[in-house]
Amino acid sequence: MQRNKKNNLMILVMIGLLFLTIVIACVIGSEPIPLTQSIRLLLNKIPLINHFINIEDIDIKIQNIIYIVRIPRILGAMLIGMALAGSGVVFQGVLRNPLAEPYILGISSGAALGATVTIVTGISFTFMGLTSISIGAFIGALLTMVVVYNIARVGLKTSITTLLLSGIAVSFLLQSLVSLMISLNRDQVEKIIFWTMGSLSSIKMSHIEVVYIPIIISLLIFLFFSRDLNVMLLGEESATSMGIDVIILRKILLVAASVATAFSVSISGIIGFVGLIIPHSMRLIVGPNHKYLTPTSLLAGAIFLIVSDTIARTIIAPGQLPIGVITAVIGAPYFIFLLYKNTSISRG
Amino acid sequence: MSRIHANQVNFSYDQKQILHNISLEMKAGKFTGIIGPNGSGKTTFAKLMSKLLKPDSSSVYINNEDINDVKISDLAKVMAMVPQASQITYDLTVYEVVMLGRTPHMKRFQRESDYDLNLVKEVMMETDTWQYKDRMIHQLSGGERQRVIIARALAQEPEILILDEPVTYLDIHHQLQVMSLIKKLSKTRNMTIITILHDLNYALKYCDHVILLSEGRVFKHGEPQEVVTKNHIKSVYNIDVSIMDHPITKHPMVVF
Repeated sequence: MQRNKKNNLMILVMIGLLFLTIVIACVIGSEPIPLTQSIRLLLNKIPLINHFINIEDIDIKIQNIIYIVRIPRILGAMLIGMALAGSGVVFQGVLRNPLAEPYILGISSGAALGATVTIVTGISFTFMGLTSISIGAFIGALLTMVVVYNIARVGLKTSITTLLLSGIAVSFLLQSLVSLMISLNRDQVEKIIFWTMGSLSSIKMSHIEVVYIPIIISLLIFLFFSRDLNVMLLGEESATSMGIDVIILRKILLVAASVATAFSVSISGIIGFVGLIIPHSMRLIVGPNHKYLTPTSLLAGAIFLIVSDTIARTIIAPGQLPIGVITAVIGAPYFIFLLYKNTSISRG
Repeated sequence: MSRIHANQVNFSYDQKQILHNISLEMKAGKFTGIIGPNGSGKTTFAKLMSKLLKPDSSSVYINNEDINDVKISDLAKVMAMVPQASQITYDLTVYEVVMLGRTPHMKRFQRESDYDLNLVKEVMMETDTWQYKDRMIHQLSGGERQRVIIARALAQEPEILILDEPVTYLDIHHQLQVMSLIKKLSKTRNMTIITILHDLNYALKYCDHVILLSEGRVFKHGEPQEVVTKNHIKSVYNIDVSIMDHPITKHPMVVF
């Protein structure tokens, strides 16, 4: 069909765009780096090709900026963008609710509480290359997940409405605990607030090494179940009568999406908006067929977050803005434009 | 051709027993209608047959095979269901919806084969939905959408088709259109069709076999004219009706 051919092309174009974005993000910064040098430095890290690339003439300072500062941030933005956008697609599909997003079941509040506890208690250590704040956030996110699922589980069944409501209730409870801790620890306010606004500024290669495996496994699970998600669009009973084990499918996908989100949040703080808006934007562009929706959302999430992070670190250089501010400021108007364009199509 | 039968099936929600000791046989290749007042257990029974619910005791059998022992992915290859109200969350095209019916027969990541493409076109022609194939499912009227859902069920190539009140929300023109379509399918495809109906006249006019449920029990089953009678309707629905012949077609009908 016409739409499908166009969508296949779209995926190819977006892969190209992602590479282009990565190259440009390497070039731009408080220390501009010549395009040819950054391309050579990038290619040098790709197996097989690197035999043909010689980087010995490039200043070691420039090498360090690329390899130690910029690449980890870009890789982080790419992974987190994919994880959040992919989880958004999955949450919206599985919960059959267009308002669903990766944080809807309280993962962000749990992570915020975990991070806040670590900050106010002053616990400081590193474990497997992760800071204590990341570990705290991850434990908070994971515990929240377990609590929310168990509240919603009655016997073997989980009702979607109960799941959503228990997520909201637990979220409120945890947020109020965060507020309580902030009011009791005024001196740490700035650190806590900035953490909750999300930032990629402290991401190091050691962080990426910890999170990339679970995130990539989750992404593969999202892609693997694309067709099942399509069948779910027809409703749970229809899906069952079409041979889909809805209960097991829901469990696998929600756990995978929650794990991907928890790992992302633990290294970047709470980056809002991506998980809600990217899936909807792509749905308006490629349609609701997950065969195209899932891969394009992953790519769009990656591109969007790399662009946002590049803006966040350059626009008030040498200062940095929280990335959550940028995602909302450039994402919201674009999404409103898409919504407007779309309604005017259906009116016409 | 597949026959489906229930053997002393009981079912309860929480503590309330909905179905009592149902033993029935839906004959292979026949059009069976299930009638009965609201709350008589029609939909529950349909869900038990399609494995959406599990009976408390005993089971439902397809060609003497216990459906508890059949994986739902295998069941979907022989049985399709058209639910009461099918709500589709996001805007798929009509063609995409019907193609999803091929899911049970396809391997993961497998592309649609020529066979799939031809079959989908064939069932869409048969249900008169090919003309809307590129429209969005939400843009269709109720009658058009119901035919699309039936086409999707047919794309599963089922031997058994279960429909839960397929015409309830349609106007009279589309009701007749959909009922004739179902009747035609039972004839041309030799499918075993089980339809929940509210309209007693449709049961009389279209079905080969009628089951009358009352308070979770089988009140009567058999030929339409043996089941839809003045006395039975009085006992089950508590209304007085007359059964008379249509002045032109001479077909029996219920008059209120």
